[in-house]
Amino acid sequence: MAHRVVIVGGGAAGMQTALELKSRGIEPVIVERNIELGGKAKGWHKLFPSFVSAADVMQPLALKVKSERIRCFYGQEVSEIAPDGVMLRSKERIPADAVVVATGFTLFDAHRKQEYGYGLYDNVITSVDLERMMNSGCVSLADGTEPKRIAILHCVGSRDEKVGQKHCSKVCCITGVKQAIELKQLFPTADVFNFYMDMRMFGPGYEELYREAQERYNVHFVRGRISEAAETINKRIQIKAEDTLTGRPLRMTVDMLVLLVGMSANYENPALAATAGLDLAPNGYFKAVDTFLGAVRSQREGIFFAGAVTAPKSLADTLAEASLTASAVDDYLKRKFNLR
Amino acid sequence: MSRRASWQEYQKDIAADKYYYARSCIRQNFFPGSEKAFLDILSNDLGIDIYDDPLHTSCTGIGYHSDVVPLETIMTVVARQFSLMAEAGYENFISSCITSFGIYNEVLATWEEFPETEERTRKYLKEATGRELVKPRSIAHTSDIMFHHRHAIARKAKRRLVNVMTGEPLKVVEHIGCHYAKIFPKSGIGGSEFPYVLAGMIEAWGGDVVDYPERRHCCGFGFRNYLVQANRGSSIANSHKKLESMAPYRPDFIVANCPGCTMFLDKWQYAIAEMDGTTYGANGKGIPVLTYEEMAGLVLGYDPWELGMQFHQVDVEPLLDKLGVQYDPQAKYLGAGGKYIGKPAPVAVNCESERRLYEIRR
Repeated sequence: MAHRVVIVGGGAAGMQTALELKSRGIEPVIVERNIELGGKAKGWHKLFPSFVSAADVMQPLALKVKSERIRCFYGQEVSEIAPDGVMLRSKERIPADAVVVATGFTLFDAHRKQEYGYGLYDNVITSVDLERMMNSGCVSLADGTEPKRIAILHCVGSRDEKVGQKHCSKVCCITGVKQAIELKQLFPTADVFNFYMDMRMFGPGYEELYREAQERYNVHFVRGRISEAAETINKRIQIKAEDTLTGRPLRMTVDMLVLLVGMSANYENPALAATAGLDLAPNGYFKAVDTFLGAVRSQREGIFFAGAVTAPKSLADTLAEASLTASAVDDYLKRKFNLR
Repeated sequence: MSRRASWQEYQKDIAADKYYYARSCIRQNFFPGSEKAFLDILSNDLGIDIYDDPLHTSCTGIGYHSDVVPLETIMTVVARQFSLMAEAGYENFISSCITSFGIYNEVLATWEEFPETEERTRKYLKEATGRELVKPRSIAHTSDIMFHHRHAIARKAKRRLVNVMTGEPLKVVEHIGCHYAKIFPKSGIGGSEFPYVLAGMIEAWGGDVVDYPERRHCCGFGFRNYLVQANRGSSIANSHKKLESMAPYRPDFIVANCPGCTMFLDKWQYAIAEMDGTTYGANGKGIPVLTYEEMAGLVLGYDPWELGMQFHQVDVEPLLDKLGVQYDPQAKYLGAGGKYIGKPAPVAVNCESERRLYEIRR
C-alpha cells in the first residue's frame, strides 16, 4: 500500500508536488480551502517574462491532477498539522505519513496604504485587478474610456516598514515591466510610467524585458516612490513623488494608477505553525531549516514546505521547488520505512 | 470599503466631560472670538464642565519649532501645564492649538520611549516650581471635543450648512493642521490620510465635504516659513497651491482646525489678490475661512460679530447670506460696549473682480 502524503494547499505548489509524488508511487491527498484548484496564479493573465498564458500553465496541472485521480478535499481548511496527518476545521482528521504545507501567500491589501486611495478613487486599481481586466478582455477607466496616461507604482506593501512589510516581494518589479508592456500593446499612444525604488531584474530574461520595455515600448521608468494620490475633479488621479535621480519633487496627473501589490505571509501562519511547533521567519512566512540544503524541510521531520509559503517566489521558482519537495518527501519516506 | 469609511479604523478615547482647557497663543490674538465661543458652546449650550485656567502659559511650541526653546525647557513647561490641570482637579487635557496638541503628544510619547527624560523633567519641575508631575488621563484637541459632541450640537442647531437660496448643502473644504495627525496618525480621528474630525462635523451639520487633490497639503504656515522673512515665499506658495486646487470645486467656505492654517489660508488670499489680482471665490472675491468654533457657532445661531468674524481678512458676509444669517452690517466694527474699532480699507480680495486690479499689474 502506497504511503500517503497530505498536501495543504491546491495552488501551483500543491498540484506540482502532488503530481511528482504520484509519479514516485506515493499517494498524495490535496486539501484546498477554495472550491477548485489553482490558487492565485489561476486568475493571472500572462506570465513574465515570456508572456505565456497563465491558463496554459495552470490548466494542464489541474487537468493532470484530475486525470491522475489524485484525491482532493475542496472547501476545507486545515486547523492543525503534524507529521502524521492534519486536522480539518470540520474536525475530520486525515492521517498521513508526511505533510507538505503549500498554503502560499496572501496578497497585500492595498486599502492599507490609505495614501493611494484604493477603494476610494475609481481609477486606482491593483496589479491583480489589471490582470482580471486583461482576462476579461476589457481594460478601461471606470467610465469605459481608454487611459491615455498610466502610472504603475512598485513596492505597494513591500519593503515598507510603515505597514510592517519589510521584505521584498520579488516578483513585482518584473510584473510591473510586463504589465507596462501589455498596456502599451493595448494603448500604443498612452504614456506609461513605472515608479520604482530599485529594479530587481534577477531572473532569466528579466533584464532583457526591462530594456525592451524602454527601447521598444518607450515605457518611462522614474526612480521614486509615490507619496500620495488624490482624485481630481474630472476623476483623474493626481500623484506626487520625488524623482530621486534628478532630486526634484514631481507632480503629475494620470488617468489610471496601478498599484503593484506585494506578497504577505498568510494571517493563519502563526496559528497553524503553533499546532506543529514550527517557527516563523520575522516576516511571518514559515521558516525552513535553511535556505541551501534544507529549503523545503521544516524543523520537524515529516513536515515539508513547497512554494511561496516560505518566501515570495515566482511561479517558475514555485514549480521547481515543488519537485524538490516531492524528492525530499520521497527520501524521508524511504528512510522512515527502510525502503532503500 | 465605502468612501471615507477608513476613518473608523482610527478611533481614540475622547472624554465626554470635565475638560481642562489650554488656550492657544495665536488664536487668542487672531481669533479670540473662537476660543470664547468654544467655552460658551460647551458650558452654556451643552452644559459641560470645562475649566479655563488663567495660570497656564504658552506651551512654547513656536519657540521649540524655531530652535530657540530647548527640549528640556518645553518638557518642563508641558509638565507644569499638566500639574496645573491636576491641581485644578481635572484629568482630561484639551488643547486649543494644533501645534500645542502635537507638542503634548510628542512629549508624552518621548517620556514613554525614553523614561529617563520623564524623570529628568520631574526633577526640573520640582526644582523650578515645587510641583509634582501628574500626567493626564486623556489628551484631545478641541476639534476632537467638538467632533465628539457634533450630534448634540446638531440637535440644538438653529440652521444647517445649507444654502437657503438653493436648498443645496454648502460645499466645504476642510483643512487639518499638519501637527494634528501627521506626527502621530493614531492621535487624530481618521488618521493622517483621511482625517474625519472636521468632515464629521460638516456632515453632521448638513454640509458636503470637498475632496480636492491638494487636500492633504500643508497650508504653508510652518514656523520657519513665516518667522524667517526670506522663506515667506514658500509659505504663500503652499497656500497658493491649495487654493488653485480647491477653486474648481467652488467651495462656499474653508474650515480649519489649526490656528496657523486658518490665519494663513485667510490672509494669503489677501496677499495673492494684491500681488496678482487672483481671487478664488465667487464673484471675484475670496473664499471665507472659518474656525470650527465659528462654524459651530453659526449653526447654533450665534451672532457672527460676537464670534469675531469681523477679524477675517476675507469678508464672511457672502457666506452669511447663503446661510440665511441675520446680521447687522453696521455692527461689524463695533467692539465691546458699542465702541467703534475701526474699519479696514477696501482690499482686492473683498472687491468685485473688475475693481480689484492692483497698481503693480498695470
